Amino acid sequence: MLEIKNLHVKLEEEDKQILKGVDLTVEAGKVHAIMGPNGSGKSTLSYVLSGRGGYEVTEGEATLLGEDLLDMDPEERAAAGVFLAFQYPVEIPGVGNMTFLRTAVNAQRKARGEEEISAADFLKLVREKAKTLKIDAEMLKRPVNVGFSGGEKKRNEILQMAMLEPKLCILDETDSGLDVDAMKLVSDGVNALRDEGRGFLVITHYQRLLDHIKPDVVHIMADGRIIKTGGPELALEVEQNGYADLLAEVQ
Amino acid sequence: MTAILSETIKTKPSARRDEETAARLAVMSAGATEGWSVANREAALERVKSMGLPQPRDEYWRWTRPASLIAPEAPTASVFDPAETPIFDAVDRVKVVFIDGVFSAEESDPLELAGVSIERLVEATSDIHWASELYGKLEARGQSPVERPLAALNTWAATDGLLIRVTGKAEKPISLIYKHASETSDATLHHVIKLEEGAELTLLENGPAAARFNKVMEVDVADEARFHHVRAQGRDHERRAATHIFARLGRESLFKSFTLTANGVMTRNEAVIELLGDDAMAHVAGACMGDGDFHHDDTVFVTHDALNCESRQVFKKVLKNGAQGIFQGKILVKDGAQKTDGYQISQSLLLDGDSTFLAKPELEIYADDVACSHGSTSGAMDEEALFYLRSRGVPMAEAQNLMVIAFIAEALDEIEDEGLRAELLDRLTGWLDRRRG
Repeated sequence: MLEIKNLHVKLEEEDKQILKGVDLTVEAGKVHAIMGPNGSGKSTLSYVLSGRGGYEVTEGEATLLGEDLLDMDPEERAAAGVFLAFQYPVEIPGVGNMTFLRTAVNAQRKARGEEEISAADFLKLVREKAKTLKIDAEMLKRPVNVGFSGGEKKRNEILQMAMLEPKLCILDETDSGLDVDAMKLVSDGVNALRDEGRGFLVITHYQRLLDHIKPDVVHIMADGRIIKTGGPELALEVEQNGYADLLAEVQ
Repeated sequence: MTAILSETIKTKPSARRDEETAARLAVMSAGATEGWSVANREAALERVKSMGLPQPRDEYWRWTRPASLIAPEAPTASVFDPAETPIFDAVDRVKVVFIDGVFSAEESDPLELAGVSIERLVEATSDIHWASELYGKLEARGQSPVERPLAALNTWAATDGLLIRVTGKAEKPISLIYKHASETSDATLHHVIKLEEGAELTLLENGPAAARFNKVMEVDVADEARFHHVRAQGRDHERRAATHIFARLGRESLFKSFTLTANGVMTRNEAVIELLGDDAMAHVAGACMGDGDFHHDDTVFVTHDALNCESRQVFKKVLKNGAQGIFQGKILVKDGAQKTDGYQISQSLLLDGDSTFLAKPELEIYADDVACSHGSTSGAMDEEALFYLRSRGVPMAEAQNLMVIAFIAEALDEIEDEGLRAELLDRLTGWLDRRRG
C-alpha cells in the first residue's frame, strides 16, 4: 500500500539532511511501528508523507497504492487516503469542531467525486463515533482543539480519523502527553479502525503504546534510516535495553 | 477626589488649514435657510471656522490623510456593479433610498412605521421641532476632548437625512439604502434618531452612497431603550466616506452597532459614545476586508460617566495587497463611573507583507473600581493551522476562507439578531469564495 524507496529529505531553509535513504513498505491490513531515539527523523517522515512545507525531497519516492504522494498538495494526499494524527494537534480559534469535521468530510468526498453527506447523516455519524471516544457534545461545539486537554486533543484526532476513514493512518507520537486511561481510550479507538483495507504507521518513542496497539512489524529508525526491522519482539528488546545496543550493532 | 479630565486636543493654527477650510466652505452652503435647523447649522459653521478642517499633523489624522475628504471637489469614483442581490433585500423592512445623497420617493417605501415617526430633514421646516434639541447638539458634545470638524461641517451643510423618533418597539427595521449613480457626487447626509424611554429600533444601512460621502448620525437612547445598528458599506472601489455616529445613552439602555466594510479607497468611521445613565451598555464593532487600494480607519471614543456600565469595541481587519487599516480607540472612564466594564480589541490579519495595520488603543481612567481591558494584534495567517486543515482534505482556498471567517467571528457575534448575523456571514463567505475564483 505505502511504498517508500530510498527517501532523502533535507530542511528547505538550511543545509541539513534529515532522512538519508528510508526504505519502507506498509501493507494493507498491517500495523507498522517506527521506533527510534529523538532526532532520528521519525516525525519528519510523517510530515513529509502528509505534505507539510519546510522540507525538500532530494532523492527517492513515496507512493500510496501506486500514486506518487510527493507530487500532491496536502489536501490531495488526504483525499487519496493519507491521515496524520498530529503529535501536537493545532488549535484553531473561531472554527467550530463540527464545522471543521463536516468541511473536511465533504471536501474529501468532493475530491473523490462522491456526493456530500447530508447534515442529518453527518450529525448522526459524528455523534455515534464521538460517543465511543467519550467525546461529549460540548467538545464538538467548541472551536477546534481550543482549551482541550492533551487527552481531549488526541481523542479529537482519532475522531477525525474515524470520520475520514483514511487508507493510511500515520500516528505521530500519539501516546505523548496521555495518561494510562486516555491511552487506553485512544488505542481502543485506533484498534476499532483496524481492518484489511487499512494500513497503519505508528510512530512512537516508547514501547508502552504498542502494548495497546499491537504492531505486526517494528522498525527501528536512527539517523535518518531504518536500521533494523523485526516483529513485535523488537519493541520489547528496545524497552529492555534501550537504543544504545542497536545503534552500536549497526555502526 | 477631583480629577482633571483630559484636555481638549486643540488643532494647531496653520495657514494651510485656514486656506483649505476657506476653499471647502466656499463651494458649500448651509443645508437650510429657514426653520428650526438654521440656528443649529449656524452654530456648527462657527465650530468649523474655529476648528478648521483636519490636517495631516493633527493628533487623530496622522494615519489617515484628510486631503481627499476636505478637497473642494470630490475625487471621482466610478460606479461599481457587484452583480449580487443587494444586502438586506430579504429583510422585512421600511426601505428608504437615497441616490447620491438625495432622497428618492419613488424607490422608497412610505415613511410609515407603527410607534415611529420618520420625517425628512429638509421637509421639517417649522420653527419648532423636537430634533432641534439634538441636531448638531450631540455632535457639538462630541467635539471635546477630540475635535471632529468634518462632523460640524456636515451639521452646517447637510442637504438631506431623516429625523426618526421612536416611541414604541418598532416591529421592523428601518433600512437606509445609499445608492451611488454619479461619478462625481458629493453627498452630505445627517440623521437624528431619538428613542424614547423603553423604545426599540433596528436601523440598517447599506450602499456606497456617492463618490464622496459625509454622514453624521446622532442617536439619543433614553432610559431602557434599545438601538441596534447594522451597516454594510458599499463595495465601490473608489468611493470615499467619512462617517460619524454620536450616541448618548440613558439608564439601562442598549446601543449596538456593527459595520461591515469591503472595498472603498477611503473610509473613516468615527463613533463617539457617552454612557450617561447607570447600567447602560454600548457595543461597537466592525469588520473590514481590504484588497489593494483600500484605507479603512475606525476611530472610536467611548465615555463612561455613570455606574455599572459596559462597553465593548471589537474591530477586525483582513488586509492584503497593500491595504491599510487604522484603529484609534479610546475608553474614558470619568471620576465616579464605578463598576465600569470596558473592553476593547482591535486585530488585523495581514495576508501578505505589503499590508499595514496601525493601532492606537487608549485607556484613560479616573475611577478606582473598574475593569478595563484592551488588546491589539497584527499577524499573518497561521501556517500551522492552515496545514492542519489541509491535511484533513480541506483545499487551500477553502481553508484560508475558514480562517478569515474565524478571525472575523468575534466582531460578527456583536450582531444580536441571528438572521442579520447569518446574512452578513453568508455575504462574507460569498465574497471570499468569489475572490478565489
